[in-house]
Amino acid sequence: MLELRDITAGYARNAPVVRNASLTVAPGEAVGLLGPSGCGKSTLARVAALLHRPDSGTLLLDGEPVRRWRHRAPRELRTAFGVVFQQPRLSADPRLPLADLIAEPLRATGEGKAAAERLAALTTTVGLTPDLLSRRPHEVSDGQLQRACLARALALRPRWLVCDEMTAMLDASTTAALVAAVEHYRRSTGAGLLAVGHDHVLIHRWCDRTVHWKAPSS
Amino acid sequence: MTEGSVVLSVRGLSVRFLMPGRRTVAAVTDAHFDVAVGECLTLIGESGCGKSVLASALLGLLPGNAQTTGEARLGDLDLLAVDERTLAGTVRGRRIGLIPQSPAAHLTAVRTIRSHLEETVAALTGTRGRAALRSAAEEAAERAAFPGDHLDRYPYELSGGLAQRAATALALIGDAPLLLADEPTTGLDRDLVDHTVDALRHHVDTSGRALLVITHDLSAAARIADRVAVMYAGRIVELAEATAFFGSQGPRHPYSRGLLQALPDRAFIPIPGMPPELGALPEGCAFATRCGRTTDACAALPRMMNAVACHHPYVPEGTRA
Repeated sequence: MLELRDITAGYARNAPVVRNASLTVAPGEAVGLLGPSGCGKSTLARVAALLHRPDSGTLLLDGEPVRRWRHRAPRELRTAFGVVFQQPRLSADPRLPLADLIAEPLRATGEGKAAAERLAALTTTVGLTPDLLSRRPHEVSDGQLQRACLARALALRPRWLVCDEMTAMLDASTTAALVAAVEHYRRSTGAGLLAVGHDHVLIHRWCDRTVHWKAPSS
Repeated sequence: MTEGSVVLSVRGLSVRFLMPGRRTVAAVTDAHFDVAVGECLTLIGESGCGKSVLASALLGLLPGNAQTTGEARLGDLDLLAVDERTLAGTVRGRRIGLIPQSPAAHLTAVRTIRSHLEETVAALTGTRGRAALRSAAEEAAERAAFPGDHLDRYPYELSGGLAQRAATALALIGDAPLLLADEPTTGLDRDLVDHTVDALRHHVDTSGRALLVITHDLSAAARIADRVAVMYAGRIVELAEATAFFGSQGPRHPYSRGLLQALPDRAFIPIPGMPPELGALPEGCAFATRCGRTTDACAALPRMMNAVACHHPYVPEGTRA
């Protein structure tokens, strides 16, 4: 169970972006977070993915509060999360070929030996073809790069997935393909999902439960 | 000009990029279409299918290694044949207004919106004098519903929707008969997409312009388009009336059907596989490897027949289950 209790978070002490927000995601559950741009939903997603330390409030992971925050949470907790961001161009190192991009989490956690084998499975899951793996980000389309970013997020077999506007830049067919890949992974592993977006139709179709978010009344 | 007269007429437009090692990339191949006064033509397709290259070709903004062939007539002018001087002096802004993909990146970061508008007004309309420029800029902002109290802000201080309106205001200043909007809604949220699209439609309906919208957002296309052109692997594979395309009759090309079926409010099933590389297109139909209706005939390139380029198009009737 992933629980956010009474979270207040932001980037300046006196102007929090998120105030007193609570949210839970059960294992295997898909929760959608809907709201207009600028309402703080991406910040909440960053907190949920343990990438941003909240100013106050508690975050419970399987009943245990997350401790020892620095700017973000300790690595052994963070590796339970796979995160996919909105803009693949900004979340991919332009110098890394896609194969290295996808294998990076494995290498960073000392599992580099298993990379080759895992890579083959991951590329099939997200629908990339082997000839694309030697290319760098500027040589592939947005849709192909986002597929690689999803493969990277799945590399460590996370128990939780956070997809922050994963499909906002993509066309209809690639959107459907990526959502299908996420759902395939969740069916086989029972991972929980927090999907952030502004497309009501998509989020309602995708998730078991949706939370509507309003802009802070500050 | 009267309703229905053609503003832009594109005939056999092709763009090839010459790459190192004698490779060529066929970004656009043999595109034919017209855009008329008071009409909105929407060009849709997956990312990387050549849509934006087509837009850049019309404005003469392609890089040096591009070769264009064919014809793109804007009135008496062939956009592909004229020199840079003519394009810069009489076409861009004056006869074609461009609404860019990411307005926040398109605007100059160190200058206010007012300064953008005043410069554009001075350059395109010849208005002189501080007071005249100021009022002309305010008028221009008003036309695109850009709020007057935000004029002295810098681009980074604007939300995505307001930056979009600022860019639209700039594009409208030259009173160009043709507006070209390249992915005007990418990254905006649904309400803003609807608003932006309705505003564009309003400018077409009220001022008798022609509008060419390039987008991969099918719901935005359904909202704004009179006609739809579907692009796949650099070719236009289907031209259709929007009401028929998005309505009960549905599209005729299997690719267009696949695109619509991928929408979350329809079947939500992706088209299998990925689009082919524009540098290594197959001999025959480029969609054959992803298509459910492929036969031996698909090894040959399908010609455009009755506005659809397919050997096995869906029959245009409402009776099919």
